[in-house]
Amino acid sequence: MAGTSTNFRTPLSRARGLGAAKHGAGHFIAERVSGIALIPLVLWAAFSGPLLAKGDFASASIWLAQPLNAVLAGLLVVVGFFHLRLQIQVVVEDYIYGFVAKTGLLLLNLFVCVLGAALGLFAILKVALLSGAL
Amino acid sequence: MVQLALPKNSRVGKGRHYAAPVGAKRVKTFKIYRYDPEGTENPRWDTYDVDVDACGPMLLDVLIHIKNHVDPTLTFRRSCREGVCGSCAMNIGGRNTLACTQGWEDVVGKEIQIAPLPSQPVVKDLVPDLTLFYAQYASIEPWLHTETPEPQTEWKQSETDRAKLDGLYECILCACCSTSCPSYWWNGEKYLGPATLLHAYRWLIDSRDESTGDRLDALEDPFKLYRCHTIMNCAQVCPKGLNPAKAIAEIKKMMVERVA
Ligand code: SF4
Ligand code: SF4
Ligand code: FES
Repeated sequence: MAGTSTNFRTPLSRARGLGAAKHGAGHFIAERVSGIALIPLVLWAAFSGPLLAKGDFASASIWLAQPLNAVLAGLLVVVGFFHLRLQIQVVVEDYIYGFVAKTGLLLLNLFVCVLGAALGLFAILKVALLSGAL
Repeated sequence: MVQLALPKNSRVGKGRHYAAPVGAKRVKTFKIYRYDPEGTENPRWDTYDVDVDACGPMLLDVLIHIKNHVDPTLTFRRSCREGVCGSCAMNIGGRNTLACTQGWEDVVGKEIQIAPLPSQPVVKDLVPDLTLFYAQYASIEPWLHTETPEPQTEWKQSETDRAKLDGLYECILCACCSTSCPSYWWNGEKYLGPATLLHAYRWLIDSRDESTGDRLDALEDPFKLYRCHTIMNCAQVCPKGLNPAKAIAEIKKMMVERVA
């Protein structure tokens, strides 16, 4: 807490801080849009997952090679990691205060989510394209 | 990082006990936070067994009774004693509210705990330091902004437009809402908090105001506005029955409206 007796900054200067960043609405909209998009995608995944688990590896590969399944799976991975990144960013901003720790975690969040999405996409493409060729 | 444990000098110890006068028929115990930052002692909980038949119906009546008859060192703030000045806001039985409109009979439990508003520095006992809170209010420039030359008479407003200010103008700036908001606890230096945002909205939807865009610009910030996660504590505690969470949601809607 900034001390009141040792700190000669005026209260208004403290309240204004660095001023408004003039962004935030974009993040707010992106959170909601990706959240809405995830509803049908997750429903689709929740419906398809158990069906896939019943069959063997080969039939799962063939399933994933179908264009619609491959595209939906790809979208799920990309939108899912995009949404995850936005949400984790909020948690970090809420609870982590030091500039270095906060920036570091935000970068880590970005990198891990992009990596997750890229790995997921690559895996889907690999299965889809290779099993499609069989 | 989040500070999980309180620093040593703010652990609240056990304090003094004041017994009820002999012959008291109805006795209720009030556990009150005591702290003098200028002294060397840690904060403490003093307990007062009060003869409630000697007090008026509100919690503020009990505090005044204690100050007048039991312990003159007890410090708290009050002025209007009828819920319009906002100065007697405190945490009563775990809930922020006004001592002057809270009946002590309506607080459940045998012992009623009274503490200053959470998360603010303490000036003394039940008096919080609301300097930053007031400065945040000032920072949204809570007055009419106009460029059009002043009319001869008043700035006119339709009845419908005036009605939009209902549920907003009644705010008495007691700080019950802001100091009950977890986002304000964690980021009080950067997040404006529900009370200030409610007032920001009050000026945003005032049909006579001419700087709506500038006002939105000044609020569009991940911290100043978007730390509100719709936890709704603010609306739960407001002693005037206002809903800051809804006002904040309306501001967020205006932000979307101007880009989409
Ligand atoms: S709705 Fe927003 S302002 Fe109100 S308590 Fe929750 S986070 Fe705080
Ligand atoms: S909105 Fe209600 S709780 Fe918040 S400062 Fe105003 S009157 Fe107090
Ligand atoms: S004394 Fe004025 S609001 Fe309680």
